[in-house]
Formats: sequence, C-alpha cells, structure tokens
Amino acid sequence: MGAIKDFIGSLLLTDFLKGMGVTGKYFFARKITVQYPDEKTPLGFRFRGLHALRRYPNGEERCIACKLCEAICPAMAITIESAERDDGTRRTTRYDIDLTKCIFCGYCEEACPVDAIVETHIFEYHGETRGDLHYTKQMLLANGDRYEEEIAKRRALDAPYR
Amino acid sequence: MLELEIDGKSLQVPEGSTVIEAAHAAGIYIPHFCYHKKLSIAANCRMCLVQVEKAPKPMPACATPVANGMKVFTHSELAVKAQKDVMEFLLINHPLDCPICDQGGECQLQDLAVGYGGTAARFQEEKRVVTNKNLGSLVATDMTRCINCTRCVRFTQEIAGLMELGQAFRGDRAEIMTFVERTIDSEISGNIIDLCPVGALTSKPFRFAARTWELSRRKSVSPHDALGSNLVVQVLHNQVKRVLPLENEAINECWLSDKERFSYEGLNSQGDNGRLVKPMVKQGGAWKEVDWNVALDYAAHALRDVAKNQGADALGALVSPHATLEEMALAGKLLRGLGSDNIDFRLRQSDFSLDGQRNGTPWLGMKIADISALDRVLVVGSFLRKDHPLIAQRLRQSAKKGAQISVLHATADDLYIKLFAQAIAAPAQLPALLAEVVKAVAHAKNATLGAEFEKVGSGETAQKIAASLVAGQSAGILLGNLAQQHPQAATLQRLAQQLANLLGAKFGFIGEAANSVGGHVAKACPQQGGRNAARLVAEPRKAYLVLGAEPELDCADGAAALAALKQAASVIVLSPFKSAAALEYADCLLPVSPFTETSGTFVNTEGRVQSFYAAAQPLGETRPAWKVLRVLGNLLEQAGFDYETSEQVRDDVLGGKPEFVAGLDNAVKAGALDLAASCSGIQRIADVPIHFADPLARRAPSLQATKDAAAPTARMNPALLAKLGIGDGQSVKVGAGGTALIAQLDAGVPEDCVRIAAAHAATVALGPLFGSLKVERA
Repeated sequence: MGAIKDFIGSLLLTDFLKGMGVTGKYFFARKITVQYPDEKTPLGFRFRGLHALRRYPNGEERCIACKLCEAICPAMAITIESAERDDGTRRTTRYDIDLTKCIFCGYCEEACPVDAIVETHIFEYHGETRGDLHYTKQMLLANGDRYEEEIAKRRALDAPYR
Repeated sequence: MLELEIDGKSLQVPEGSTVIEAAHAAGIYIPHFCYHKKLSIAANCRMCLVQVEKAPKPMPACATPVANGMKVFTHSELAVKAQKDVMEFLLINHPLDCPICDQGGECQLQDLAVGYGGTAARFQEEKRVVTNKNLGSLVATDMTRCINCTRCVRFTQEIAGLMELGQAFRGDRAEIMTFVERTIDSEISGNIIDLCPVGALTSKPFRFAARTWELSRRKSVSPHDALGSNLVVQVLHNQVKRVLPLENEAINECWLSDKERFSYEGLNSQGDNGRLVKPMVKQGGAWKEVDWNVALDYAAHALRDVAKNQGADALGALVSPHATLEEMALAGKLLRGLGSDNIDFRLRQSDFSLDGQRNGTPWLGMKIADISALDRVLVVGSFLRKDHPLIAQRLRQSAKKGAQISVLHATADDLYIKLFAQAIAAPAQLPALLAEVVKAVAHAKNATLGAEFEKVGSGETAQKIAASLVAGQSAGILLGNLAQQHPQAATLQRLAQQLANLLGAKFGFIGEAANSVGGHVAKACPQQGGRNAARLVAEPRKAYLVLGAEPELDCADGAAALAALKQAASVIVLSPFKSAAALEYADCLLPVSPFTETSGTFVNTEGRVQSFYAAAQPLGETRPAWKVLRVLGNLLEQAGFDYETSEQVRDDVLGGKPEFVAGLDNAVKAGALDLAASCSGIQRIADVPIHFADPLARRAPSLQATKDAAAPTARMNPALLAKLGIGDGQSVKVGAGGTALIAQLDAGVPEDCVRIAAAHAATVALGPLFGSLKVERA
C-alpha cells in the first residue's frame, strides 16, 4: 500500500515542491549573513580573545608573578619565570603564552588576583610562522597598553556580575 | 599507660602524653600552629582548642596532659567554634598577600584558613604593620605576616642553643626581633624557615624563584658532613631550586644545617669559578674546549704514557672524601689496574701510621641515634658546632636531659652546650691531655698502665672528666675532625681506645666528610703499601688523577699539594667546577656531575649505606663520574669495567645493598704510644670553616655572605699578642711567605698558638694545618 502511495507521490512531484517551499521561504526571509570583514557581529563584554597584560594607571605592571594562571592553565600554554626585582618586589622575568596551545577558556583571567592577565575582544590576529603566535611578556604588555581603554570598559560592564 | 577517648575512639597512651600527641598518634588531626614535636610547649596560638568532657571551657590540646578516662572531642560544636574564633583573631592582622608570599601553597595558615576561616573579615580597623628585620643572608623576613607562634624563638633557644630571636612588646604590638640589630648567625638557622607556619620567615636565596607546587620533590643524601642527612631536592626546569630536609629520626631528625640547605646555590654557579660544562684540554699552554672522546683519549694516553715510561709508581690519585662510593671504587680500580696503589681520599689527615694496624673500617663506633642515649660523652678535638652541627644539636639535647658532656680541644669555642668540663691545650699537648684523663680513669678503676704514662701529670680538669666518665652508665668517646687531622692522630686514637676499654665505653670517629667510611670500604686508600695522601703530596708524582677535590684547599698541606700538582707532567681533573688553580696545574679537565646529577651511594659515619638517584639532568656536557671512570677503564683496556649502572658498581663493592656496611671496627693492634709534644714555637690551629669545607659550599654565594665565611684572621690569646707586641686588629705577617692577616684577640686560643682557618685561598701558603708558624708585626 505504502509503495503505491510513494509511486503516485513521485509522479505528482510532492517531495520536490516541499523542498522548493523551504527554499522559497528562505528566499524571501530577512538575511542574517554577515559580510565579514566589512560587517561584524557584536561581541559580548565577556568575549575571550587575544591575551593582554595590564598596567596600573601609574604605569606599573600589575602582574606579581604569583603563577596562579600558569598553574590553572589546562593547556599548559603559559610559562612564567619569576625573580625579585631591584626594588624588592616580586615580578616576572618571563611571561610567555603559546597561543597555538591556548584554548581560550579564560581560566587565567579568573585565577588572576590582580586582574593582570586578561583576554581582550581582539580575535583578528595571525602569524605567518608558528613562532609568531608565541607571545612574550613585552608583546602582551604592548597589547595591554594598546587596548587598555576597551579592556577597562569591558571589566566595568562585567563587574556587577562578579 | 593511660586510657582516653578522642572523638569516640578509645586509645592507650604513655603517661605524660599531651592530648595532641595522643590524637596525632591515633591519626586524628588537631589544627595547630605553635605546637611542634621537637620544641617546648608554648600554647600561645590557641588553634588546638578542643572540648574536654567536664571541662567548662575549651582546652589547648598541646598543653593539656592526658588524664585517665578523659573524653576529648576535637570536632564538637564547641571545639569547632573555638577554633574558628581563634582563626578569626589570627587573620585580623595577617595580610592577604598570599599571591606574592613564598609560603603560598605550603602555608599552614593558608591551609587551615580554608577549613576554619570566615568568608569575609569583620575587622574594619587599621591592620598592624611590622617592619622587616635583617636576619642575614639566609633568612628573609616579612614580619607583618607573623602570627607570633614563637616557634623560631624556641628553636634558637632550645635547638640551636643560643637565643638569637626574641619576642618584644605586648598584645597586638608583639613582634619577633633579634637583639639590637644583630643577624642570626647560627649554623642551623635555616630550620626556622621550615618551622615558620606562615610566610614571615622565608628562604632568601629561594626568594620568589618558584612556587611550591611546580617543584619536583626528589629524595637525595647530603654530600657534606658525615651524617648523610636525608634531603628533598626540589627541581624546576632541570635546575635545583631548593633543598629541604627529609625527616629521618635515625639521622638528621627533621633538621638540616645551613650548609646542607643552601649549598645547592653552588650547583648553579657560573663563570671562571663556577660549573665546568665542557671537557677541556690544555694545548700549547692554552685551554681548548674539546669533545668528550678527544678528552677521554687524551686522559687515557696521558695516564698510560706515564705508567709505561716512568713506571706505575709515578701515578697518583687524590680523591675527594665527598665523592660517592662508586666513584671511589672505580678510581681505585683504575689506578690499581695501571699498577699503582697511590690513591687516597683522607686528604686533610697527616698521620697514617695506623694504616695496616686497623682491624676494620674506622667509624662512629655506635649508631647516630645512640649518641642521644649516652649519659657521659667525651668529645676530643672537634670544632663540633661547625663541623657537625646536627651531632652538636643531639649532644645539646642530651646535656639538657642530664648527660655530662666534656670536651678536650685546642680552642675554647662556645658549643652552646651545657658542658660538664672543658680542657683546652695546644694541639701538640692534646695527646698528653688525653693521657691525663686515661691515667685518672685507670687510677679510679685500679688498672695498670704502660710505662709511657709515668710522666703524665694529673690536671684538675682531667680528674674531673675522669670522675664523670667513671660514674656514668653508658659513656662514649668521640674523636672529631681535629683529632683525625692531628699530626699525632694515631696516638690520640690509641689513647681513646685505651680509655674506652678501661671504661667499657664506646669510642669512634665523627667522620670528616660524606664518605669518610665509604672511602675505606671502596678501597680508595692504599692497600698494598702505596702512597697515602701525605706522601702523595710530599713525594711528587709525574701524573695525578684528581677526583672532585681541590687539593690546594682540601689537603692537609695545601701549599705542598699545589707545588706537587704544578710540577707534575700531567694532571687529569674530574670535577664539577672550574677553579683558577686547576686551570693552572691541570692539563685536562673533565666535567663530572655533582651529587644532584648522578646516582651514587654515601656511607655515613655510622656505616649506613644510603644510595640516591640523580635529582636533575647533568648540566651541559657534564657526565656522572662513575661513567667517565668506566670509559677511562675501557680505553685503558682494563678488565672489569663493564658496568651498566652505578648500582652494579655498588653491588660489586658491597655485595648487594646492605643497610650497614660490614667490617666496621675502630680497634687497632697494640703499639707504642708517643706522648711527646710534636711542635715547637708558635703552633697553628687550623679549623676548616663550615662553609669552606668542600668545593660545593665554597661556591654558594649566600653561605659565603654569612659570618661563618668571614675572611681568616690570626687569632691569638692576649698573652701571645702582648709578647709579640701586636694589638687586636693590627695586621701581621704569618709564615715563611709572610702571608698578611689581621690579628684578632681570642682568649679561647691556648698560649703559643695561633688559630688560622684553612681551606681558604688566603691561607694556602701557610702549609700544614698544625705546623709551627712565625708571626710578626707587619
């Protein structure tokens, strides 16, 4: 019985018309495709992109080499070496993030007691060789200096929920 | 035995136990800060408050003695509330700086705050701030973190023997401080870092270098003094970052001396005096870094050529007493394979007349733990506190429990031990002084002595010491470093043996170095009449093999050792370190691993066999010395050098891995006693300063910044200074070479003696440790 029904249906092109119906519906529906890079979707203030090391307003780096981010990093992407700076404070002598290992989970931000390591809204970066994605302390501090305004704005937006 | 119940668990504990001891023995943890099993009870942190049935208030578990039928509740509502309230008080003034605190991750306060701390502080007022103190180059302070448990104060007072820290002021202004801006100069001061339950006292060399959780913990054995303290070597990125004690009640208890704790800095030393990382060969007067096979070929050829052309007797080997058993055994085997018996590791000794007279291997004569059980101890010729800090610590505790400790020595150094009697004599007079004690004991025991004793006097102190020894139940006689390095060491040993026989006491040597017993076992000393350390230096050889030692600093006569090495046609040095002297006298430097980078075995002074593995990879092209010697043996086509592991070498030497080596015996065959003084004029007393005793410690910058590592001075007593017309602090010329030193007044030095430290570059030219010296005004 079913076979006969299918046979008649195939002669009447019902499946074809059903399919065209879907096509037609989307043809007239409002388009949601974003023409990247000319257009961009909005980002949430908790978006986790490229890392940055922040400074205090007086220019002093925030990081105190507590190594909690290194400890919590599930991908072991962070490498830190610490030492006593001439003024007696605890500082990093090396702070490297291997972005090829990083899984952008944001645990480093969560662990940081001084809001030094943050993940910015920047997701458009590239490297031409593998080593280009190995970010050193100087590069991360430069990121922080460059995007501090945006970082601070996003931290402020997130603050009520923390 | 007393019965009590803790948290519903019935226990039996010996009388006199406290509640916290009973609980810990039963595996019930009671939180605490100020309580420590090795220290007296202060009960001032109040963290261990527990509920005791029928007691109206919570009681401190550390200070509450167990009573029969007592019922204790450690986790009842009252107990936990009391503990939480105490924690709130402790946290009032404690800063929230765990992220920058070196104690973070291994902090008792941090751990207990997780269980007993509140989520937020109720304290709104200003927190207390305490200024940091300068405690010297080893201990860093952050006194604001201090919770005033006074463990450090009690440690310096009770364990280190001198109260160098104290608590001043009251209430929340109480602070721990030294006496008027002094530093802590104890040789076991590093232990207060371990004792501090918070981050107030931390290690200065380790400061901010790593976090505790990222360090690998690897077991090892101390390569310094003869105790063989058990260590935890902590490694990060293949570099030793820190050394901690591994608790072993039979050896080091839970302590470490500063030398053992901080010498690791030498492992990471760099530069001209630092680690040697590539084999080097001198070609045409210039040093050249070469490959291992080139260097090994060179060394093998050099040794073979000298043995062939000048006879095997022209070869000699100086082995460091801090080398491992395996290295010593292979060095001995290599030299004997070439036909020479000229090898010795007893570099600082000068009297070898007992070689061939011994019944066995000289050792401590008892277990280390047995020292604590002696009720009468006579220490002969030992800078005990500096040479063996942890044995001094044991004797300090014994003295407190009523043991009578007496000392016969060449200087009146304060041992911080409550001594029963102390007799001081010039090194040359030391045998006569010991003979006085022997005579007095023989008199008391109605024993007859040989004719040598007829002329021996009977001094008051000797009588007193003898009376003390005779009255004891278990007596021990310990011969220290000075007694072993003494020009009449054989006489001192025979006298000690005689004394021990008269008393039925134990006698033994507190070994000089990590492998002082192991060297004998490994046969790294002459077996068939070869040249001993003194003759190797006094009768220069054509070629020397130097293993791990710096002969100019490590030999009894540094000047002669330097001269002997300089005249040699070939000197092959196997060492982890470069040194200016070695670069001058050697022609081949082979970089070998220090103790953290090789597996090996140390036999400590009680004969205990302690094997260890490497804690880190060898640095650069460094290789374990036993492997280097093995390959040298192969290149020289000697049989029996086909070892695959260091364990095979050890098993070959010891016949397996026994807990203690066999054949330990201090007794010597009977022989004549020579009690005559051996020195005329002003005699030198040479101590080996604690932080100069071996090449590793000499390269640790923090140790070298301590007071124990101060530049050597010429210490004389007031009478001699007046006789020579020299004032305290004036410069003097000492010895034939006119070495310039500063004179220092020291009433503890006997008359006609000058105390000048050895093992220091500034005093190498002075020659023998106990020679006679000319001292004059500069």
